[in-house]
Amino acid sequence: MKTTAFLAAALLAGTAIGASAETLRWARAGDSLTLDPHAQNEGPTHTLSHQMYEPLIIRDMTGEFEPALATDWAPSEDDPNVWVFNLRQGVTFHDGADFTAEDVVFSINRAKSENSNMKELLNSIVEVRAVDDHTVEFVTDGPNPILPSNLTNLFMMDKDWAEANDSVDVQEVEAGEKTFASSNSNGTGPYKLVSREPDVKTVLTLNEDYWGRDEFPLDVTEIVYTPIQNAATRVAALLSGEVDFIQDVPVQDINRVAESDGLVVKTAPQNRTIFFGMNMGADDIENDNVEGENPLADARVRRAMNLAINRDAIKQVVMRGQSEPAGIIAPPFVNGWTEEMDQTSTDIEAGKALMEEAGYGDGFSIQLDCPNDRYVNDEAICQSVVGMLAQIGVNVNLDAKPKAQHFPLITNGETDFYMLGWGVPTYDSEYIFNFLVHTRGSDRGSWNGTGYSNPEIDEKIVSLASETDLDKRDATIQEIWDEVQEETLYLPIHHQVLNWGMSEKVGTEVSPEDDPKFKFFTMN
Amino acid sequence: MTDTPIPPAPPSRLRRAWESDLFWSFRHAPVAMASSFVVIVLILGAVLAPLIAPHDPFSPGTLNLMNGFTPPGQANAMTGDIFLLGTDDQGRDVFSTILYGMRISLFVGFSAVLLAMVLGVTLGLLAGYVGGWTETIIMRIADVQLTFPAILVAMLIFGIAKGITPPEYRDEMAIWVLILAIGLSDWVQFARVVRGATLVEKNKEYIQAARLIGRTPFSIMLRHILPNVLNPVLVIATISLALAIIAEATLSFLGVGAPPTKPSLGTLIRIGQEFMFSGEWWILIFPAVTLLALALSINLLGDWLRDALNPRLR
Repeated sequence: MKTTAFLAAALLAGTAIGASAETLRWARAGDSLTLDPHAQNEGPTHTLSHQMYEPLIIRDMTGEFEPALATDWAPSEDDPNVWVFNLRQGVTFHDGADFTAEDVVFSINRAKSENSNMKELLNSIVEVRAVDDHTVEFVTDGPNPILPSNLTNLFMMDKDWAEANDSVDVQEVEAGEKTFASSNSNGTGPYKLVSREPDVKTVLTLNEDYWGRDEFPLDVTEIVYTPIQNAATRVAALLSGEVDFIQDVPVQDINRVAESDGLVVKTAPQNRTIFFGMNMGADDIENDNVEGENPLADARVRRAMNLAINRDAIKQVVMRGQSEPAGIIAPPFVNGWTEEMDQTSTDIEAGKALMEEAGYGDGFSIQLDCPNDRYVNDEAICQSVVGMLAQIGVNVNLDAKPKAQHFPLITNGETDFYMLGWGVPTYDSEYIFNFLVHTRGSDRGSWNGTGYSNPEIDEKIVSLASETDLDKRDATIQEIWDEVQEETLYLPIHHQVLNWGMSEKVGTEVSPEDDPKFKFFTMN
Repeated sequence: MTDTPIPPAPPSRLRRAWESDLFWSFRHAPVAMASSFVVIVLILGAVLAPLIAPHDPFSPGTLNLMNGFTPPGQANAMTGDIFLLGTDDQGRDVFSTILYGMRISLFVGFSAVLLAMVLGVTLGLLAGYVGGWTETIIMRIADVQLTFPAILVAMLIFGIAKGITPPEYRDEMAIWVLILAIGLSDWVQFARVVRGATLVEKNKEYIQAARLIGRTPFSIMLRHILPNVLNPVLVIATISLALAIIAEATLSFLGVGAPPTKPSLGTLIRIGQEFMFSGEWWILIFPAVTLLALALSINLLGDWLRDALNPRLR
């Protein structure tokens, strides 16, 4: 009798909790690389940070601007080189400290500091100054009309918290450094960190003091995030109800998930392009079998490789129709993209002829570095490209590894041939140029693993930030693209398509950034 | 006249082998005969792969991606090609890939066991015969290694070896590194058994006699003890072979073994399991059944050999 009564009580208690709390169990292939919000400019890392930290301006689930920690912003009336941001009042960090202008100044300066991976977004900013507790001015090097769109992934930290915890400097991820801020968080965001075991499980809970409690649905009160690299396991977890939401339904399993009771798949084109980079800048490269010269330095070789890749076959077989073949590394969302540049063609014979002309008629061999937990079917794409390049005599040794080991190869310049996918949160070509085309230096070109360096192009890229005549700016963007395409700087593969799989009770749109922000989610 | 009976000709070697105890037992064990048939067929298939296989799956340039996911025995919708056991996600013929993959599996298996056997028998003999500090050191190392699962040790060795090989040789080295990793993780069993048997043998009279007439310890170990401890070694070697093949498949399944462009059975199974939900069952089932048949047959053979060589069971 006692047991029955106890059980009944427990059941009652269970239902009571179930009614008030909604846990969202979320899985995707890979984990965030670090909790330090300025250390890695990488999609999944930002996605996790977005739950705990906030930028001044945020993009909602449809990709539209929405005020976050800034309530409004406008160019200054007195000085065209100044943007004025009015900050939201009454916002507190998770530890209770007030959010004020000095935190913005601190955070922006931190994101501009040496180890930061966000510098490229801020290099037009000369100074950030606090006018009063809730007003901040950004002084730019010449007028910068698109500055607000650069700020949507720039998270605000508490100055005092960072200072107290030895986290003023940005974590040096490439050197394997661990800091307090890389494993703890203190933001103003809708969710607080409860526990985190990298690559295993991260638990977040609703921030009861969140400023937007009445503005957003906030139906999700607890988030349990488990990265599941294996595609079949991830789908099995969704099918069995072990998780409620997966961000990357494997293309082969879309029908199966969509036809299951209680599950839906939502599809949308992603603002991201997948491509290969080649180390063309070095005199000789390490990972090939040619001594004393670099075959990739010859534009004819790069063009031949570009011609060898059959993007339609990749779309049909590897991606099962879930991709858009690309001729340019900018997705169609981006200002500067043209349909003309996005054309693709495959011609093995022409490729062979170009190889012959370049003096590599007998081919050469090279290592391809590829991630296996980042993009949709990344390793399978690499494998099929190995086969295609073999047809023009380029023998590729494929080395596929988790992104945590793959990305440092690119940012440290230790790979000669690599896969990368680039999303464009600013929706503008300048972002791509700053990270991927500009000469690698202290404040630009951090993800440019090609070794490409052209002072003339660099100058044009820098000029984009302060060009107020938008027609002239677009013309410069076109000139830069012409050069990138002419040089075959990268081998574009396709624009990714997103397939989010979720339980029926989860309500959301698919953000083109592949960036779920759970405060916008509804749960029925 | 007296007929001098002609003495019967001494039986030929083949005949003697046929009438030996071991073969007698083999002829009366249907399971052993069936498994050896399977093993022989699979080994022949692997050895003759270049002659039998319709495609060379290790030559990426000959693959046509458009052939990907062709079901077994049916024509591909776009290219019209037909494949006996279908194709995988890259358009590789599954039948050819199994044959070539088995070459890797068997080669790695045999070589790894050979390495483990040579290492284990040598150290076991030394430990058992010499005794003292030598024995303590060898056997304590063995004990420590036994506390780690063999697959973990293999992964550790694989990781270190991969780290120190230059990238351009990694693909070629991968197979040798696998052999080294599995071989080094598996020598302990041999060493323990041989040491035990050596301890028993070394106090027997024939060894003391050999010692008295001045044979060197090296020649005693090699000529007198080794032949007498070989029976259990043979049994362990057979069972280790099955384990080594599975270890190779496991490592490749985890993605640390054979390179993806040169798939072994484990790699094929890893690729195949991603397509289990979507209905492309043949990529997983055929390599898995092959691996199962190979490992099971070798294991059954090992079991039979153990019983047949055990004097107490006769």
